[in-house]
This record gives sequence, structure tokens and C-alpha cells, in this order.
Amino acid sequence: MRRDVVFWVSAAALTAILASALFAERLAPYGPNDQDILQRLQPPDLSAHVLGTDEVGRDILSRLIYGARISLLVGVIAVGFSCPLGVLVGLVAGYAGRRVDSVLMHVTDIQLAIPTILLAIAVVAVLGPGLPNVILTLSVTGWTLYARLVRGETLAVKTRDFVQAARANGAGDTRIMMRHVLPNVVSPVIVVAVFAVANMIILEATLSFLGLGVEPSVVTWGRMLNGGRLYLRTAWWLTAFPGLAIFVTVLAVNLLGDHLRDWLDPRLRGSLGSAV
Amino acid sequence: MVFGLVHLSGDPVLLMVSSDSPPDVVATTRHALGFDRPLHQQFGDYVGRVARGDLGISLRSNRPVGALIRERLPATVELTVAALLIAAAVAIPAGIVSAVKRGSAIDRVAMVGAVAGQAVPIFWLALLLITLFGVHLRWLPVFGRGSLAHLVLPAVSLSTVILGRLARLVRSSMLEVLGQDYVRTARAKGVGELRVLAGHALKNAAIPIVTLLGLQFAQLLGGAVVTETIFAWPGIGRLVVEAIFNRDFPVVQGVVLVVSLIFVAVNLLVDLAYAALDPRIRTETA
Repeated sequence: MRRDVVFWVSAAALTAILASALFAERLAPYGPNDQDILQRLQPPDLSAHVLGTDEVGRDILSRLIYGARISLLVGVIAVGFSCPLGVLVGLVAGYAGRRVDSVLMHVTDIQLAIPTILLAIAVVAVLGPGLPNVILTLSVTGWTLYARLVRGETLAVKTRDFVQAARANGAGDTRIMMRHVLPNVVSPVIVVAVFAVANMIILEATLSFLGLGVEPSVVTWGRMLNGGRLYLRTAWWLTAFPGLAIFVTVLAVNLLGDHLRDWLDPRLRGSLGSAV
Repeated sequence: MVFGLVHLSGDPVLLMVSSDSPPDVVATTRHALGFDRPLHQQFGDYVGRVARGDLGISLRSNRPVGALIRERLPATVELTVAALLIAAAVAIPAGIVSAVKRGSAIDRVAMVGAVAGQAVPIFWLALLLITLFGVHLRWLPVFGRGSLAHLVLPAVSLSTVILGRLARLVRSSMLEVLGQDYVRTARAKGVGELRVLAGHALKNAAIPIVTLLGLQFAQLLGGAVVTETIFAWPGIGRLVVEAIFNRDFPVVQGVVLVVSLIFVAVNLLVDLAYAALDPRIRTETA
């Protein structure tokens, strides 16, 4: 019962964030970059700027609503690229075995040895800031997890009877991998992908916070936090609300991931949690 | 991979000189750094130099990258070890109490805290801690390194990278072990609860915990990049961020390489720890 409540609260929070991202133009009271220097650093006030204004008089609530768009977009698209790539690598490595497996897993292990954020910083520094480069960077850093997971699952599934039967019926390797192995390894991948969206949101915010994210004209929660750190003494709302937005979004995604994992594999109930 | 990073964009020299540099300056720099030679030759030279411990020269400070890293590494090690100790000191007791008091209010509070801890962005927590303990209460210094007090806020911030996950793992591992026959036997023999938990249960739950600590060490080193930047902590994390903004790619390459080697070494230690923790592994490998 309590788990259901947690699920529905998380789902409601995420739906609200998603809706604000989709309908930002209608929901935001001001434009994300509308400046009113006379209204600079105004504290939260229900009658005017609900969550206050920043150092050049931009409305914090409006910027949060527009910022949701980039955070979710980057998280979902980065997972959309990295997940199929990692699944393909893991599937081929696990199914082919021997030298192909050895080469692919060595590449995976080498990348896993570099902390994700450090690799992301280095890659985005080389490619340059900007939305496409941030998405590409996060995709490049995120595929290894799926590769390791799917490779392990594939090793177990490929010895099962139904795979042997398919082979005996004359099915080719590609068909066996796509039609017989892949559907049997996809459940844990879905769970990991959900947790990965949360990780990507934090990673994008971290890059933006360090000044290595998307272009300065694009509003992101991480960039808002970075701008607010200069005003910690005088304007707490500049850092409190963007941080809270990231926290609530990531928490909601993680809790949904937990629920999804329990639903797909009840044996894992109450275990490690977000394994990403 | 480290070598490939600077060649990703095509011409690494363009990353290192300013965008308005005249073509002859670009050409001279390319020749001076050896980037006009075939890629396989550059790679061979790079591997050879790294094997000799030569990580190149910083383009910014004109000093050996190895020396820069050696100067900054102790600060990063100090910070990550302190964070690891804080995480272990909080997460292990919290996980044990949660497992023992399963379903109780303590369990619920600890696990809600663990789940929430996993969702807190480290840089936001750092800013909150600075605002509270540095700006308003003025209890602790918020920038630089020196005394033990300087270490508190960065280490607490960094510890949250692994704290929540560790607490949940300790809880689930302990729950699994507490249901085993040998724990029931120990209790039936009248062994004290503390001895049952520490001597029988925790010892047997230690392998997944140590594994997680090893795997998460990379996340701690990554988190150190952000923490050191916020708290102006003079470690290799701050060094790499400064190097990126200064387009000092030999330093970026060097730091990524050294951090990866530290991660590999830590995981080797974890493998060795398995043998110390589990006599069966010791016997198998003997």
C-alpha cells in the first residue's frame, strides 16, 4: 500500500515536471531571459515573482519551467542513444564469445576505469559546449553499463533450450540475437535505463554548473545554480529552487525505477536500489 | 582512450591555441608539439613516455605534468579517503540498524534518507552546507585546505556520492545474512547480539560491501572534481577543471590517466581484500 502511494506521488511529480517542460510557453509567467533590472534579486513573493528574481531581474519560476525542458530532454535523449549502443555491444560480446567478447569487454572495462564525470568533462572540453555536444558526451559515457549488463544476461540466455531449438531450426545468429536473446534480456535493461535518466540529469546539471554544458543563452538548472553561487549570502532562492528541482526530479525518477524493478523482478525487492 | 581524447576533434593544436591565432603560429605549435607526425608514431611516443613516467609538459605553467599531479594528489587522496570514512561511518551502522529493526520507524527514516541522499546533486548540497555552516553560522571555513576544519564540509559533501547506496546495500546484505542458519545457531548458543552482528553477520556481509566501495571509488574521484572546484580545494580535480578552461590538454590527459590507474589499483586491493575476508577464496587461490 505504502509503495503504491510512493509510486503515485513520484508519477504525479514527474508528470507535472514533464507537463511544465512541454507547455513552458503557456505555463511560465515570463520569458526565461526576460530581464527587469529594477526588479533584480527580489525574494519570493506570491503577489509578483513567486520564486523571486535573479541578479538581472529574470523570473526564477519561469526559468525553472524552461530549464525542465533541457534537463529532461538531455536525460532522455542521452539514454536513447547510449542504451541501444550498449545493448548491441553487450549482445554481440555475450553471443559471439571468445575474441569478440574479450575485445569488446576490454574496451568497456577501460572506459569504466575512468570516472564518468571526469570523462564527460574531458570529452565536452574537446568537443566544445553546446546542446548536441552535451548529449553526445553523455551518450559516449553512458553505454558501458548496458554493455556489461546485457553481456552477462546474454551469456546465461544463449545456453537455454529455446535458443538451441531455434538454432536447430536453422535460425541465423542475427535472428537468434534479435528475436530470441534480446527479448529475454530486456527487462533489467529497462530498469537500468530509467535510473540512467536520473544520472544523466545530474550529469548534465554538473556540466552546466561547471560552465561546460549548453550555450549560456539556454536555461538549465545547473547553470542557474552556478549563477546563484555568487549570491549565497544575499539571495538564497537563486540556488535553493534549481537544486530542489533537480532533487525532486531525480528522486521521482529513482523511485519510479525502484517500483519498475520490483514489478519486473519481485526477487530484487528491497535490494540495492538504483544500481546505476 | 586518454590519447584519443585530444585527437577527437581532428586537430588538437586548435584546442590549445586561441581561436584568433595566425596560421603560422598554429603551424609552429603543431611542429613543436610533434602533432604534424603520423598518428601511430605519436601514439608510440606517448605510450613510451607514459611508461617512463613522463606525462608531458603543461602548456600553461610549462612545468612537468607529473610534478603538478604529485603536488595536488595528496589533497585529493585526503579528501576522498575522508569522504569514504564518513560514508562508511554513517552508512554501515545505519544499514545494520535498519536490517535489525526491519519495518520499524528507524528503518523507514534511514531508508528514506538513503533514497533521498542518492538524489541530491553533490554541488547543490555543497552550496547548502556553505550557506548554512559557512555564511550564516560561520562555524566552518568554506574555501581552501589547511586545518581539519577545512576538510569537514568538502568531505561531508563528497561522502553523499556513495552514502545512500552504501546504506541500502549494507541493509540488504545484512538482511540476507541474518536469515542464515549459522546466525540462528549463534543466537541459540547464547552469543551476545553485538557479537552476532559484528562477528558473524557483518563479516559475512562484507564482500558485497567492499565490492561496492571499490567500484564506487571512481565515483568519489569523479565527485572530487566538483567538490574541489566548489570549495577551492587544491587537488587534481580542481587542477583538471582549471586545465580544461586553460586548454591545457597534457594536464587533462595526465589527470585522467592517473585517476584511472588509481581506480584500477583500488580494485586490485578490493580483490586482495576478498581473500582476507573469505577463507574459501584464500583456499581456492592458494
